[in-house]
Amino acid sequence: MIRKYGIKQLSIFLENRKGRLLEVTEALKDASINIRALALAESAEFGILRLVVNNPEKARSVLSSSGFTLKEQDVFAVEVPDEPGGFYNVVRILTENDINVDYTYAFVGGGKKAVLIFKVPSEMVEKALDVLSQGGITLVEPMFFYD
Amino acid sequence: MWNPIEGAPREELEKLQAKRLRDTVERVYHLVPFYKKKFDELGIKPAHINSVNDLKNLPFTTKQDLRDHYPFGLFTVPMDQVVRIHSSSGTTGKPTVVGYTRHDMGVWKEVMARTMSMMNVGPGDVVHNAYGYGLFTGGLGFHYGAEEVGAAVVPSSGGFTKRQLLLMKDFGATVLCSTPSFALHLAEVAKDEGYDLKKDFKIRAGFFGAEPASEGLRSALRDAWGLVYIEAYGLSEIIGPGVASGCPYGNLHVFEDHFIPEVIDTETGEVLPDGQEGELVFTTVTKQALPIIRYRTKDITVLHREPCECGRTITVMESVKGRADDMLIVNGVNVFPSQVEHVLTKLEGITPNYVIVLDKKGVLDKLEVWVEVDDRTFADGIGALETLKTRLQQEMLNDLYINVRVKLVEPKTLERSMGKAKRIIDKREAEGLKS
Repeated sequence: MIRKYGIKQLSIFLENRKGRLLEVTEALKDASINIRALALAESAEFGILRLVVNNPEKARSVLSSSGFTLKEQDVFAVEVPDEPGGFYNVVRILTENDINVDYTYAFVGGGKKAVLIFKVPSEMVEKALDVLSQGGITLVEPMFFYD
Repeated sequence: MWNPIEGAPREELEKLQAKRLRDTVERVYHLVPFYKKKFDELGIKPAHINSVNDLKNLPFTTKQDLRDHYPFGLFTVPMDQVVRIHSSSGTTGKPTVVGYTRHDMGVWKEVMARTMSMMNVGPGDVVHNAYGYGLFTGGLGFHYGAEEVGAAVVPSSGGFTKRQLLLMKDFGATVLCSTPSFALHLAEVAKDEGYDLKKDFKIRAGFFGAEPASEGLRSALRDAWGLVYIEAYGLSEIIGPGVASGCPYGNLHVFEDHFIPEVIDTETGEVLPDGQEGELVFTTVTKQALPIIRYRTKDITVLHREPCECGRTITVMESVKGRADDMLIVNGVNVFPSQVEHVLTKLEGITPNYVIVLDKKGVLDKLEVWVEVDDRTFADGIGALETLKTRLQQEMLNDLYINVRVKLVEPKTLERSMGKAKRIIDKREAEGLKS
């Protein structure tokens, strides 16, 4: 399941410093990399920018050579109806199976669908994919994001 | 003058020093294998040491030597004769340990009583002691000195600024003992709290030490409190505070009947004549538990031997001008950059790139360590990074004895903001009070 549904997210360490976000996005733009989904987590002093892009290998090498600290992180995505209770159904299944969510973010897809990206502890990924699939949740393959 | 020896003719003083030096050399040669080995290597026998002039033939002792014999390897008495142990943070990991016999405590009280007597502190005086109590020798050194001269001591230790001001006012403190920066901090908080420093307080003398103070800071303290500024100098390896004390004429007198000073060329080790700047070296000649031969303080100063207007004939040292090593002084506490590196290495098994940033928070020092987060240390979680930061801060407090603020930064941040790679950035002098 992981092999089929694992998505390579790039996590980038950013100081809270003026212009730093601009520099990341500019590097990606110059390399013609398209950001498909993103989330930014912040603390008082620093942040972590999480990106799913159309070409993770290229993005990684571009950002690394621009001096950014980054890590490739396995996440997975599900598609739910864009209506009340869509997110709830996924969270309910994970909770019932004692799977802790490290973080999640979402975006609205086409055709009344929403896509949710999840990070769970690495030893729980396989189980999460299994129980979601059995619970009737649509898993999203990486090709949805990549070129 | 607490003791007439401070103003004795120099011949008399040197005779006393020679006798005590001979005793000390005999003592360490026969009781400490480390010294015997060093003396033997140089072909020196205790019988070769007859006068203070012969001191220059003896080997040096360094902080590293103390560390190599941690904890009690250089003590010359069995532990049942030790009545006090103090320690300061070492250069990497292990602390520096010093011990005192009952006799040594007597020496310490004596020299601290001499310090207090520089301003005739005695019965009727209330000494507010804001030096840190504990392993640091500052607090207890001044405490014993004030008691010895019969003053009332308020052992307030550091921190709790507003409460300290309340006690100073209500108890009628006449003498303040603290680091100079803390004394200025007290003055600034007092003003903010609406006190009138000269009406509400009766501080007539301040005994300030443990950190360098510019002439600007000194006059700011004189003006703010209306006090006489007395400089205190000492280091735990020699005895703690009380190695030398300022007099009302502003000269820093070394109590050389107990601690013989020399100034050497820090590169060659050659003794320099009076008036020339070099590294200060001390030999203790009355201590029992931890006598120390030619201890290299790494403090840079100049010695003078002309009599002072105050009547003292003992050697005058100039205020310390700097360091012969990379030691930093943060709010009176000594910190070595190697200690910071040690903590970082210990914790992660790798040494991340880091920079030590010293700055002022108000008038007090603050020490920050900026640690670069690279691909090896970066965990994809705010919580994990915050935990790393907290753990580093706790380890620094444990090893360095001070609060350090750790800041996680991106690689090359410092080259970007400072222009070139540098391990230590000291912003304190640039923005602080200047002499």
